[in-house]
Amino acid sequence: MIDACDGCLRRSYEFAPDAVESRPARLDVDAVCLHSDSYPAPLRELTQPPPVLYATRIDLVARLDEPVAVVIGSRRPSEYGRTLAYRIARGLGAAGVPVVSGLALGIDAIAHRGCVDAGGRTIAVLACGVDVPYPRTNRRLYERIREHGSVVSEMPPGSRPYRWLFPARNRIMAALGKVTVVVEAAQRSGTLITADFAAELGRDVAAVPGQVTTEAAAGTNGLLRSGAALVTGPQDVLDLLYGVGMREVPGASRPVLDSHAERTLNLVGQGLGLDELGRELGISAAVLRATLARLELQGLLRRAPSGAYVLTA
Amino acid sequence: MLAKVRTFALEGVDGVPVTVEVDVRRGLPAFSVVGLPDRAVRESRERVRAALANSGVNFPQQRVTVNLAPASLRKSGPSFDLAIAVAVVAADGGLPEADFPDAVCGELSLSGEIRPIRGALAMALAARRSGVGRMLVPIANSAEAALADGLEVIGVPSLAELLELLRGDLTVEPAVPALAVDIPDHDGPDLADVRGQADARRALEIAAAGGHNLLMVGPPGAGKTMLARRLPGILPPPTMAEAIEITKVQGVAGLARGGLVTSRPFRAPHHTISASGLVGGGVPPKPGEVTLAHQGVLFLDELPEFARAALEALRQPLEDGSVMVVRGQRAVEYPARAMLVAACNGCPCARPAGECTCNDVDRIRYARRLSGPLLDRIDLVCELRQPPPPVSASQAEPGESSARVRQRVLAARERQTERLRDDGVSCNAAMDARLTRRTVLLRDAARARPALERLSGRGQDRVLRLARTIADLAESADVLGEHFDEAVGYRLGDSHRAAA
Repeated sequence: MIDACDGCLRRSYEFAPDAVESRPARLDVDAVCLHSDSYPAPLRELTQPPPVLYATRIDLVARLDEPVAVVIGSRRPSEYGRTLAYRIARGLGAAGVPVVSGLALGIDAIAHRGCVDAGGRTIAVLACGVDVPYPRTNRRLYERIREHGSVVSEMPPGSRPYRWLFPARNRIMAALGKVTVVVEAAQRSGTLITADFAAELGRDVAAVPGQVTTEAAAGTNGLLRSGAALVTGPQDVLDLLYGVGMREVPGASRPVLDSHAERTLNLVGQGLGLDELGRELGISAAVLRATLARLELQGLLRRAPSGAYVLTA
Repeated sequence: MLAKVRTFALEGVDGVPVTVEVDVRRGLPAFSVVGLPDRAVRESRERVRAALANSGVNFPQQRVTVNLAPASLRKSGPSFDLAIAVAVVAADGGLPEADFPDAVCGELSLSGEIRPIRGALAMALAARRSGVGRMLVPIANSAEAALADGLEVIGVPSLAELLELLRGDLTVEPAVPALAVDIPDHDGPDLADVRGQADARRALEIAAAGGHNLLMVGPPGAGKTMLARRLPGILPPPTMAEAIEITKVQGVAGLARGGLVTSRPFRAPHHTISASGLVGGGVPPKPGEVTLAHQGVLFLDELPEFARAALEALRQPLEDGSVMVVRGQRAVEYPARAMLVAACNGCPCARPAGECTCNDVDRIRYARRLSGPLLDRIDLVCELRQPPPPVSASQAEPGESSARVRQRVLAARERQTERLRDDGVSCNAAMDARLTRRTVLLRDAARARPALERLSGRGQDRVLRLARTIADLAESADVLGEHFDEAVGYRLGDSHRAAA
């Protein structure tokens, strides 16, 4: 759907030297301008709203009947950050809350993935054109988001990402969300720019506390000190969005496990290595492998990049 | 007068018969060697001249022409010295016969002493094949060469003694083959030294039982090298035929220490090795590390640091068990049936899971350096963690010994041999896709289906082969659900799969 006036389109193309030739309609990309009814209302609150918003599916962004959560964070997260980001996004997705993020490496990608895995809708806000999957590493995720959610940008299709576009993109993310959740950010992180925008717009800012000794958590701990809401899981975010006790994360429809498997899961959650697991459970390496593989197939465990088993949610 | 002496050249790891013909006739004194000799062979003129003089034989002051037949084969190395010297003496009338049935191999020193050569066993085996009854070799090589059953091998210390022997002035007892009556139990490092690491020990045992290639992932110091070094000790001891093959290959490479090599080789080349260093090459062609590891273990530590070209070159030998090296106009085939054990860190920063700060791009770039097709040849992946220091006496107890693990491995191999006898395949890892589907029967196929559906075709075969080996270790005729589940647990982690 193209619902944009010439004036707005002209303004939109002013800073997009790469995009001269591309036409949204041909690329199956929606475009709405400030004067359209389909223009997402929260963006109008920005001091400089994008004249035109491009989206792969504007209908998902235009009428957001649910409040939206922004989940963002470090590009080099720790294993702890990964787990929390996934857990929060998955919980929100399951509760029907759309998750907005920036498709960056690390936390952003995990947040999108968590939401899609739970069958939720997710919105990726890009600094480049919506037809440009950037970063390339997340190409497969980009395709999944196009399928199950929407990719939006204020830059016309074909635009390449430039450095100065990223803070500008951050303001759109901040405006779309009712709450911005930061999972791990270092002291001087770009993520904090989004948090600043959100605070200026009067949106809620929340952060996941991290270890004080980890550099990757200095930014989030700083946010908490200056008054951000503390988030330990998806339920905390739902409480922020709807008020305490109004909504609950749907109970994970988990298969019934025997006590042995429960205990294994519990111990994996404590971060035990394979050898320690075997010793604690009193089983041989062979039986342990088989047990873990079964739990992985049931979707209760996953492999960390190091090869170690961790809980999925 | 013309004289002929039989000797052998090395082509790959095999001996090829060569006849040294010497013609001595009147003319301007000269000494020339023809028949595609390389530098070392041409230099043998000087050694032969000096060695003869120092052994009390006058070098003929005539025109001496040496031909190494067949003239189309390139000859290299100094092992023709002795045959040339004997042929010169014979052609000059210094020996009772000018054409005799013995084969002669050896390098000469200027003093007339006979120095050891490379590939003595390969030459002796070739001699037996071509019907030679007696072979004269350097005394240092006599034990090795005597392993060729049915060939009379005599070790000689010097040219003077050799000439006496040929004139019949001296009799020497043939060398006794240095056959160990019984191949001893492995005397290398023992698995009992490895404390804890139950999971990795299990992976090593499965790898040994089915001949599966193994990848170990873990931080430095977790014990990857230590475990890999203990793999030859739990593999079945080489059979006599295998031991002779190992000895032959090691002999060609100049690594033999005389006598039968009774333990499987373990080769751990550094990651800066070139493709030709790994699979063989050079002019003249030399065997690579994968050939030196023939019938044993090739260990590649820091796998992603190896040159991509080197790893790619390794694929074909791992598949075929042999490698063809083509250099210039020569093509040489080397055996290369080795088990691959590779090791790498989980991510470029190599820190334990909790402290890792690598981002996804770093990780993927690191994983991508492992060549995908090479990973296809690896059935088994295990992760290692830094073992905690032992806190109680029970944890400090030595682990199970290699000898006991080897017994289980042997039993599992026996089951495989019996099952695969008619298919010309030696172990589970060597089964191709068709054979895998035919022989690996899942008792509980319905339960396994969801797991299999998540894997690629190759991935399915890998898991099935592995499950078969696990069932063999458990002495089970069918592959049960638990065997299958365990096999699934040893496949590649997600980050590596993303790149593969």
